[in-house]
Formats: sequence, structure tokens, C-alpha cells
Amino acid sequence: MSDISVPPAAQPLEPTPPPERPVWRIIRDFRRSPLALFGLALLVVIVAAAFLAPWITPQNPYDLRSLSIMDSRLAPGEVGFSGTSFWLGTDGQGRDMFSAILYGLRISLMVGVIACTSALILGLTLGLVAAYFGGRIDTLVMRLVDLHLSFPPILVALILLAILGRGLENIIFALIIVQWATFARMARATALSERGREYIEAAQSLGLSRTRILFGHLLPNCLPPMMVLYTVEIASAIALEATLSFLGVGLPATQPSLGLLIANGFQFVLSGQYWISVFPGIALLLLIVAINLVGDRLRDVLNPRNIT
Amino acid sequence: MVYVIRRLLQAVFLALVMSFLVFTGIFAVGNPVDILIDPEATQAERVRLIAQLGLDRPFHEQYFVFLGNVLQGDFGNSFVYNRPALGLILERMPATLELAFAAIVIAVVLGIPLGMYAGLRPGTAGSQTVMAGSILGFSVPNFWQAIMLIMIFAVMLGWFPVSGRGQVGEFMGIRSSLFTVNGLQHMALPAINLAIGHLALVIRLARSGTQEVKAQDFIRFARAKGLSEPRIVLVHLLRNILIPIVTLVGMSFGGLIAFAVVTESIFAWPGMGKLIIDSIRQLDRPVVVAYLIVIVVIFIILNLLVDLLYSLIDPRIRLDGAKQ
Amino acid sequence: MSLLEINNLQTHFFTSGGVVKAVDGVSYHVDRGEVLAVVGESGSGKSVTGLSVMGLIEEPGRVVGGSIRFDGREIANLPAHEMRKLRGARIAMIFQDPMMTLNPVLRVDTQMVETIHAHREMSKSAAWALCRDTLGRVGIPAPDERMRAFPHQFSGGMRQRVAIAIALLNKPDLIIADEPTTALDVTIQAQILHLMQGLVEEDGTGLVWITHDLSVVAGFADRVAVMYAGEIVEQATTDGLIEAPQHPYSRGLIGSVPSRNRRGARLAQIPGGAPPALNRPQGCRFAPRCAYRLAGCDAPQTLRNNVRCWRADELPAFEEVPA
Repeated sequence: MSDISVPPAAQPLEPTPPPERPVWRIIRDFRRSPLALFGLALLVVIVAAAFLAPWITPQNPYDLRSLSIMDSRLAPGEVGFSGTSFWLGTDGQGRDMFSAILYGLRISLMVGVIACTSALILGLTLGLVAAYFGGRIDTLVMRLVDLHLSFPPILVALILLAILGRGLENIIFALIIVQWATFARMARATALSERGREYIEAAQSLGLSRTRILFGHLLPNCLPPMMVLYTVEIASAIALEATLSFLGVGLPATQPSLGLLIANGFQFVLSGQYWISVFPGIALLLLIVAINLVGDRLRDVLNPRNIT
Repeated sequence: MVYVIRRLLQAVFLALVMSFLVFTGIFAVGNPVDILIDPEATQAERVRLIAQLGLDRPFHEQYFVFLGNVLQGDFGNSFVYNRPALGLILERMPATLELAFAAIVIAVVLGIPLGMYAGLRPGTAGSQTVMAGSILGFSVPNFWQAIMLIMIFAVMLGWFPVSGRGQVGEFMGIRSSLFTVNGLQHMALPAINLAIGHLALVIRLARSGTQEVKAQDFIRFARAKGLSEPRIVLVHLLRNILIPIVTLVGMSFGGLIAFAVVTESIFAWPGMGKLIIDSIRQLDRPVVVAYLIVIVVIFIILNLLVDLLYSLIDPRIRLDGAKQ
Repeated sequence: MSLLEINNLQTHFFTSGGVVKAVDGVSYHVDRGEVLAVVGESGSGKSVTGLSVMGLIEEPGRVVGGSIRFDGREIANLPAHEMRKLRGARIAMIFQDPMMTLNPVLRVDTQMVETIHAHREMSKSAAWALCRDTLGRVGIPAPDERMRAFPHQFSGGMRQRVAIAIALLNKPDLIIADEPTTALDVTIQAQILHLMQGLVEEDGTGLVWITHDLSVVAGFADRVAVMYAGEIVEQATTDGLIEAPQHPYSRGLIGSVPSRNRRGARLAQIPGGAPPALNRPQGCRFAPRCAYRLAGCDAPQTLRNNVRCWRADELPAFEEVPA
């Protein structure tokens, strides 16, 4: 007579393989999308080119002495007065477009990264603090954030710059003010959902100090969605800076960003000399698209439900 | 009804807060005397204005003077045009509003069907094109798109005029350039330019909404009832994805008015946006202040409308919101 | 001729990880006025069978073999528009989770009336009245008001009643109920069962009741089909199965239901779990967990006398003996 509750002939269950570390999974899933890889490659090329600009460009577009008005408005590929050929043509003042674009990318990237990173740090800190301490601090921060976010970024930046005037520091400051709220809101939302989890309770019951819990435990777990937001916002920052420079309230003429180049070239479009506006625009476009492709895929990868 | 009243009160409170912030902003940035009074005014003018605006009185009294003036619509005169600032803005508002309206219509009428298509048939060449297009749509900076549009459609192809607003027609008591052919021709490029960024967003939202909703049980149940596919898509699916889209559209109407700044500048469209950019460049501060307040009011009204619209579409909000 | 006759049905899912044979050669039938319970754990394929009958299997799944005959007509791979005419009209389905079965943004009357209009002509007022009367029939109080309400204003049990009402609207010959009471409280469960019983007797509808909970089945179903890992392992009348289960898995199921005879005794369990769908044993699929396993169990098993176990006759008689 056999007893159903005792399994003499049951096979042992197969051991399940250990789960792979999250970082590897993220990298593996990211690699699955050819579009994202393309975006990443493009991004690397652009950043490298911008970084190496002083060494690889034939001309320093900021150095007024190296410009010759005789070379102005040459079409792409034409040879200039001095004998050098300008691959992408020249602008109204004789600047080599290729050099100007690379230097412009450099500025755009620098402004974008600095502003966005600072906004990230500021927003992350405020969001975490608001979520962790709750109560009045939370309400205060959130009201501020809501107020901030109900206005379109460009308007806020415009007004700020109208008051502060042009200049590199002012632009970066304006961008930080525009962007911190998005980071703060995301940080707070993530922190709130993490705060209720058990590992936080465990840390608390171990008597760890609040600072340690906040920065050692809560922070690392809030980072993934923040990273996705970061990539999106960098693209935003770069686009916003370009727009502001285009409108004439951004970077001054001594530090020509891509926006200013495009603005300068606008007047020539009507007479068919398209390259002065179009090429910087394409460069800007490629940069932003590359960032967005990478960010898009990163977002899908970090949220497992979306994997195709 | 209680809900509506509560929201109205919140809106008024918000407006007050904003006006206070703007006021403190002016104060904090520099001497309000310089900001509100034309630097080229005569000494006598200055004395008169200082008294009228109360700039020699304590801070909180100044605020009430300011508030009083604002409520009467008096922002001072523009330095450049020497006319009341508010009047200037209100003059230009219809042009901006009609542009924003046209852009929203384009974004929604094109965006929802395209997004739904991409969501219902993922993986097809068509839907991948749509999605790739949408990435381009919100990546490409607004101003560059405008330049490209002008270059291709106005300069090279000559289909549309390069800039400016067309003739104004009248319909049911409203004057707008939407009502004349010439007006529409002039509006086409700027409206498309303004619309593209939001079109991309609407497409993505419609697509993700469609993907999420079509996997839900009630869609399967609708199929199990033997309903036709068109009905399932147009009634069951669409109603469910409308909610986030309405929110987006509502919010972005405000953003459209803001982005109009760029579009109007490039296309020389005589709206509020162009006015504000010129004013900022020319340091015409009364206009800037007036614009800020007007924008604040518009935003608050918009938010209110979106909330109300939201509660109409999603019955769960309507009935539960009253209890809160 | 049976109302529904499934013969050697095979429904496979072609996923990137491999082919999942969710339904691997299943046969059963239901007659008019009869209640067939299909019992099995998650992953046994019982729901997929029901969905296959309704033609609701979507990519990456497909009915790849076998036949489904409804009222004598082959419907296994019927063209979509033909299938649509049957669904909701002659064959109706009820799903498990009443929260998500009804569209949250549409009113109840909209969702009911559209079911009628999808299949026949009827004036709006007549259709509305029919829906209201059906709501009353399934035990929803104040049906006039309830018609105008939205799904989230109903409790779970009420919503399921609404789903049942919708199923009844076009007087179907067959209803497939996929775990309709699993998500509900036990007391509500009993009410719904009672309701279904009454309706089925009144209308003479055939009912396929899919569940993982055996205790629901007794006293309600006429016959039971037990499914495991995509196959039917035993089919019998309800009384027959409960008194004398033949297949070791059925024995485990019956044995693990707490009953009054065994108060205080340890509950029997079936150790282990069902094999992963992509990696099933070649022979008897239950063998890894079976207490009566012998070498001969490694060969593929067929149904003999409605039991998929070559040793069934040799097994000791089933007794409800505590451990």
C-alpha cells in the first residue's frame, strides 16, 4: 500500500541556475537592438570628434585672425583664397563650417552635460529628502516642483535670461533651474515606492543613521530610472540651449554654439546658400537623435515588461 | 459641482501666488524704478510715475498697488511703442491662439490614428516608419525644422509663402486667418512646424496606450462577445487611450503657446511670441511683465479646463473625485 | 450528436524560447444541458482549450491540429468573420477576473446592448429592456439603475453576474466558463455556482466549467475531465471520479481536498510541480511526481478507458485513509 504523501520514486528537482547579475542583463538586452547600438556608436563618434576638435580641425573658428572675409560663403568643397578646401563650406565671415561645427558641438555638449548633471544632483537630493522625510518638507518641495513644471521650459529660460543677460554661466544656471524639477519629481516618486520596501525597514531596524540609509541604501535603488531620465534631459538641455542661442539670448557671439551658427545662416537660406544653416542643424540633429536612441532603448531595457 | 468650485478656488489662489512671485521677482532683480519706468522718461515723468506706482512706499504696500493695477489691466506703457503694454499683448493674442489651435488639430487628427496603427500592428514596415519618424519629430530642434520647412517648401518648391500672416476672414463673429484661403496658405508652414513636436508625442502616447490596452482582458471579452473589430478598436480601445492623450494635449496647449515664440520669430508671425522675444531683446520690461501675468492666467485656466475635461472622459475620476 | 466535440486538439505557441504545446491532443465532448468540469492546475492547458474553441487564440499561438465540432460543424480554423457570428451568440465565454472583463470607461448598458446588436436586429428600447431583464435574472437588484452605472461601481461578485448576464443575452447553446469564481470570495462563489446551476437547467445550455478547484465541482458538474500538462489524464462522471479516481494524479487531487472524514489528519499533497512546458518528459508526464512509478512509465501514455495510465487497473483501491 502506498502512501500518497511520501514520494519514494520522485525525481529530485533540477537546481535552477543562479540569476545573472543585473548589470550584465542590462548590457545584453541593450545590445539586442541594432538601432540602439547604432545610436550608441553615433554618439561615441560625435563626442570623440567634439572632444578632439582642437586637434582635428583645420581652423580655430574663434580666432578672428585666422578668418578671411575673402573666404566667406563658399559652397561645400570649394577651395578658398588661401588654398585650403572647405569640406562643408564657409559662413558669412569666412569661418570653416567643419571647424565651427565641431567647436559648436563641443560647447553644446559641455553646456548640456554640466547643466544636466548639476540639475540631476540637485533634483535627486531634493527629491530623496522630500520622499524620505515626508510631511511638511515633502509638501513644500512638491508644491515648488508642481509650480515649476506647469510652465514650459523655454518660457522660464527666456525670462531668466532676459533678467540675467547672456553668458555661459547664465545659460547653465538657467538650464539647471529649468531641469531640476523633473529630476526631483522622478526621484521622489521612485524613492517613495522604494521607501516602503523591506530592505529599508531592515536597515532602520539595524539602527543605521538616516544619512546612511538615505545615501547608502535608498539612493542606489533609485538610480536606474534617473539614468534614463538623465539621457532624455541631456538631449533636452542641448536642444534648449541651441534654441536660446538661436533666439539671441543664449551664448554670446564669442562662444558660438550651434544655435548661433544656424541663426547666422538663416538669412542666407533664402538666397540658396543652405549649408550655413543646414550643416550645423544636421550635426545637432544627429547628436540629439543619437542620445534619444540610446535613452529610448535604455528605458525599455530597464523596464522588463517592454522588451520586444 | 463641489469639485468645480474647489478647483476654481485653487486656481484663484494659484494666480495670487504667481502674481506675488512675479512681483518679488521684479523687486529682487533690480530697482523696480528702472524696470517699470522708461529710462528715457523725463524727471517730471519719473516723479509722477513713482508716485502713481507707489515705488516710494514700503514693500507690501507696493505689492497691493501692483495688484490693484494688474486687476485693472494697467501694466504701464511699453517703452518701445508707448502704448499700454496689456493692450499690445491682447492685440497679438488672436494670431498666436489661432496658430496654436491649428497646431493642436494637426497633432491630434494625425497623431491618434498613426499612433493607434503603430500600436495595433507593431513590427510592420509602416509602424516602424511611424515610430522612427516620431523620434525625429521630437529630437529635431524646433527652430531648425522651421528653417528646413521654409527652405524646402517655400524656397525650393514655392508651395507656400515664406513668412507672415495671411488675410483675416470672419466667421460667426470671430476674426481669424483660418477662414481665408490666403490665410490658410500662410498658416500652413508655421502650424506644421509648431505641430511636429507634439505630433510625435501624441503618436508615441497613442501607440503605447494602444499596446497596453489591447492586451487587457476587456478587449478579449469584447471579442468573445462577437463584436466587430472596427467597433472594438474605435469604441473600446479609443475611449481608453484618450485619457492620457487629453491630458497631454491640454498641457501642451500651454507649451504650444510658449514654443510659438520660436515659430513666430522665424516666420515673422505677428503674435504674442514674437512680441515677447522682441521685447526681451529690446528690454521693454512692462511688456515682459504683462506677458508673464497673461501667461500665468492662461495656464491656470488651461489646467482647470483639462481637469474638468479629464473628469468628463474618465467616469472613475468624476464619481470618486467628489468624495475626496 | 454532441453539442461540442473536441477531438485530439493541438494548440501550440511558437515563442522565441521554443514551441509550447499548451494543448497536446485533448479530446472531450459536452452535450446539451450537460455540465462538464475541466479540472487542472495552472499550465495544464485547460484555459487554452476553451480559448481555442472560441477562436480566441492569438499570435504566437495557433490551433495546429485536431478538430472542434460544434453542433456538427467543424469550427477549428473557421475564417474570422464566421467565427465572430458564433461568438457571443451561440457560444459564449465568461472569464476569470471580473475586474478587467468589463471596459471601465463604458457604461454597463452600452456593453450589454452592443452584444445584442452585434448579432441581431432589435430596437434600442427592446434591447435595453432585454438587458435589464437579464440583469434581474442573474440576481442584480434594481437593474434599471444598475444599467446606467459603470463597472467600477459594482462589487466583484456583481460584476461577474453582469458578465454572466452578457453571456446569456443571445441565448447561447454553449457557455464556456474559465475559472469564473476563482477571484471571488467563497460565499460569493457558492452563490454564483447556484445561479449557474439554475440557469443551465432552465435554458438547457451546455456548460464547460474550467477550474483548478475540485471542491467546486462536486454536486455541480455531471462529468469531469482532468487535465495535466496539456493532456487529459482521466474522464469520468463526477460521482465516479470522486469515489474511485483511477489516475494517480486524480487520486492526488481528490486526496488533497480537505473533507470531514479526515479532520485532524495531515493533508495529503502531491510533491513537486508540473513539468515546464518546454521541457516535458517523453513518457508519462506525471511520472516524476508519481508514487506508483515503474520502468514502464517512461513510454508515452495513451488513454485506456478514459484513463491515461497503463497501471491504473493494478493500483490499489482508493481509500480515504489518513497518512
